[in-house]
Amino acid sequence: MDKRIRNRLWIILGLVGLSVVSLLPRNTKQRVIDPQTGRMKDTTVRRLPINLGLDLQGGIHLALEVDQSKGPVPDCADAIQRAERVVRTRIDEFGTTEPVVQIQGRCRLIVELAGEKDPARAKSVIQRTAFLEFRITDMKNQFKDALPQIDAALRRAGIKARGAAAPSAVSQLFGGDSSKAERDSTTDANTPGVLSSLLFQGQLPGEYLVPEEQWPLVDSLINRPDVRAAMPRGIDLRWGSQAESRGARAYRALYAVDSRPIITGEELVKATARRDPVTNQSIVPFQLSHRGARKFSDETARHINDYMAIILDSRVQGQPPVIRGQIGANGQIELGNKPLQEASDLALVLRAGALPAPLSIIEERTIGPSLGADSIHDGIRAGVVGVVLVIVIMIGYYRMAGALAVAALTLYCLFTLAGLAMFGFTLTLPGLAGFVLSIGIAVDANVLIFERIREELVHGKSLRLAVEDGFLHAMNAIVDSNVSTALTALILYAVGTGPVQGFAITLIIGIAASMISAIFVVKTLFLIWLNRRPDMVTLSI
Amino acid sequence: MIRLFANANYDFIKWRRVAFSITGAIMLVGAIDLVARGLNYSIEFTGGTLMQVESAKRVETGDIRHALDAAGLNGAEIQTFGADTAFLIRARIAHSAATDEASEAAVSNTVRGALDNSIGAGQYRVVRTEAVRPKVGRELQGKALTAILLSFIVTLIYLAVRFEWRFGLAAVIATAHDVVATIAFLSVMRLEVSLIVVGAVLTVVGYSLNDTIIIFDRVRENLRKYRRQNLYEILNLSINETLPRSVLTHGTTIATTLALLVLGGEVIRPFAWVMSFGIFTGTFSSIYIAAPVLLWIEKRWPGEDARGARTFGSRAPATPSVPAAPPSSPASAPRAPQPAR
Repeated sequence: MDKRIRNRLWIILGLVGLSVVSLLPRNTKQRVIDPQTGRMKDTTVRRLPINLGLDLQGGIHLALEVDQSKGPVPDCADAIQRAERVVRTRIDEFGTTEPVVQIQGRCRLIVELAGEKDPARAKSVIQRTAFLEFRITDMKNQFKDALPQIDAALRRAGIKARGAAAPSAVSQLFGGDSSKAERDSTTDANTPGVLSSLLFQGQLPGEYLVPEEQWPLVDSLINRPDVRAAMPRGIDLRWGSQAESRGARAYRALYAVDSRPIITGEELVKATARRDPVTNQSIVPFQLSHRGARKFSDETARHINDYMAIILDSRVQGQPPVIRGQIGANGQIELGNKPLQEASDLALVLRAGALPAPLSIIEERTIGPSLGADSIHDGIRAGVVGVVLVIVIMIGYYRMAGALAVAALTLYCLFTLAGLAMFGFTLTLPGLAGFVLSIGIAVDANVLIFERIREELVHGKSLRLAVEDGFLHAMNAIVDSNVSTALTALILYAVGTGPVQGFAITLIIGIAASMISAIFVVKTLFLIWLNRRPDMVTLSI
Repeated sequence: MIRLFANANYDFIKWRRVAFSITGAIMLVGAIDLVARGLNYSIEFTGGTLMQVESAKRVETGDIRHALDAAGLNGAEIQTFGADTAFLIRARIAHSAATDEASEAAVSNTVRGALDNSIGAGQYRVVRTEAVRPKVGRELQGKALTAILLSFIVTLIYLAVRFEWRFGLAAVIATAHDVVATIAFLSVMRLEVSLIVVGAVLTVVGYSLNDTIIIFDRVRENLRKYRRQNLYEILNLSINETLPRSVLTHGTTIATTLALLVLGGEVIRPFAWVMSFGIFTGTFSSIYIAAPVLLWIEKRWPGEDARGARTFGSRAPATPSVPAAPPSSPASAPRAPQPAR
């Protein structure tokens, strides 16, 4: 066998091998209903690594409502409309292709996701409020000064630590005598204040530490209406985001901060995630808009040597840094030793903007394909008939050459599917339209080549020369038409959304695969054919 | 070997005015229809009514769809919801200007009537009936159109580099014609514009562009090969030479889309209609729009060798003394005495 043919065969074999490997079934997580409990659970199944979209395969259906438990939301219809936009941006950025985000009724949002690999993470991205604000800590110790009044208010209300949410924690809390005293008498004014006894002064103004196991109790105390009423004007309390250990015990920080934020996440224009090379912390550097940057530098100039708390969803991130000088457009949020993935999720939700109100998931179910099982069945049948028609026409008209083209067409399908699997794209019906078009393009390339070979034969060229020239002369037309179609597809991908992008992706992959199969593979098959029949005088074309 | 249209020698360009008139008439009708009635958008764009139904026994989605279609709720989305016996139905009454509440009640009653027929009265329970907003914002159409326009510009540039700007402009005009014609077709046929149909329209863009470039490639080649012929003759010659390819390629693609149209079922049918029409109009426009427009552009803004201008200058394209260069037998060999190289 010719060396040229052997090299070509090796390349084809390599491509086929690569495609087969990328199409091997692998384990994926899937969310299904547990038949025993009726709840959703994650199971691992082996399946082809091609993601099918909501229209072809279905997925998970989440119904979200505005969470009113932490305070009423006056206009939930308006809130849900704004939430729709934010959730859509977040899911798009999260990389789920063609989700459904739809408002149902007045106050409900439906989110449907196809083939999501990590549903728990997707849910947390959807639900996260992502409200970012910067506030100056209580530099004048107004909260500390107000503590006696707060304790008095609690006493008046008859709160001895007992009345709080976690009575079992109380005894450990005060330890020994004082706890006994608390429990025994109801009106003893000499015992230390309920709240102040739970708080330890932190290192910086406005910082207090609460032993980790008691923070639910303290949280329930500071949220009481009478405590809120006794709070100094213009001061709010915010918890730290995570426990920190001081010595042997774990503490949770509580910060007294100005109730007026100096700036909020609305002014944020860019946020990314990376790992700090020095401290090895996960950090989210961000950038503010022009307006935001101006405001931020004005405010920070006024608060030099004050401490600034970075508050995300009402939780203070890290220890508030001291303001050394004016701060401009750039800043960063430190996440400590959290994984980088968490940082990138945070950057994503910050970019997409804050939800106007917290959302809670009230229903989660699997949902069937939106095209309906019946339509998919009909569509597959029609597709098979269509492919058979193409095969019949090609072989009927071009005989042996047609058969070679059909053989190359099967490789084309393999390459395209492998391409979809390799890049992890989701196949939807508009995507299948792109696939159909690229099959047409693949067939067309072969038709162009074969017609050229016929023309060369009619012009009296010898068989081998005709084949050689046929491929050569058809090349211009094939390259120009395919490149311009691929350019169109690229633009559609760059500008379009959802289904337009799905169409474009399959079309681009399909065009690449059709160039390989229709030109390279078919030519190789032709070479083999001519090589094996050196005495051939008429071409079966 | 079977050879269809092997030695074709038709004067395609002669019919350009007839073709322009026909396509102009179709578009006029389409435009009037579009303004008068507007496009029939699917529930994905308009929103409608969502009903959650639980049936006592197993039902096929196909049966429910037949019942809903019979009741006049075409294009409803029917999905199994958690279990085989639970369904989520999104439906709407086409072209109803009714308020949300009124249409919700109407859809709900119609669906109940249809379910009485398919599942049986009392055999199912409606868990929830609520209005749903559109799944896709209207910005999708805007973005799709922007994308198409931008891709036209890129095509223009590419073809200007590979061919000449005149070819690019003609190809883009032909493709734009197909987009407009397809939208007119959608309007006249009252087809539901769903996401799938948007995909089909994009497919038509790709297909038409592809087809036009195949013919233009032949034109480019023949312009170099036959220096004596004018553009009119070259265009005709090129279309005739590529005719076997056109017949075969369009034959196979139309066979596939017809299979989809006949066997693909109710949901895929609008998609198949658009694809079938698109292949037809894409083929038509490559021959009757792209080529004559190229001729016209060449006349308005003649190229270096002014071959287009010569065509019109002679004003005798319909009766050329030498008939538009027949790609006949190899025996009548040097049609062009001065091959380019």
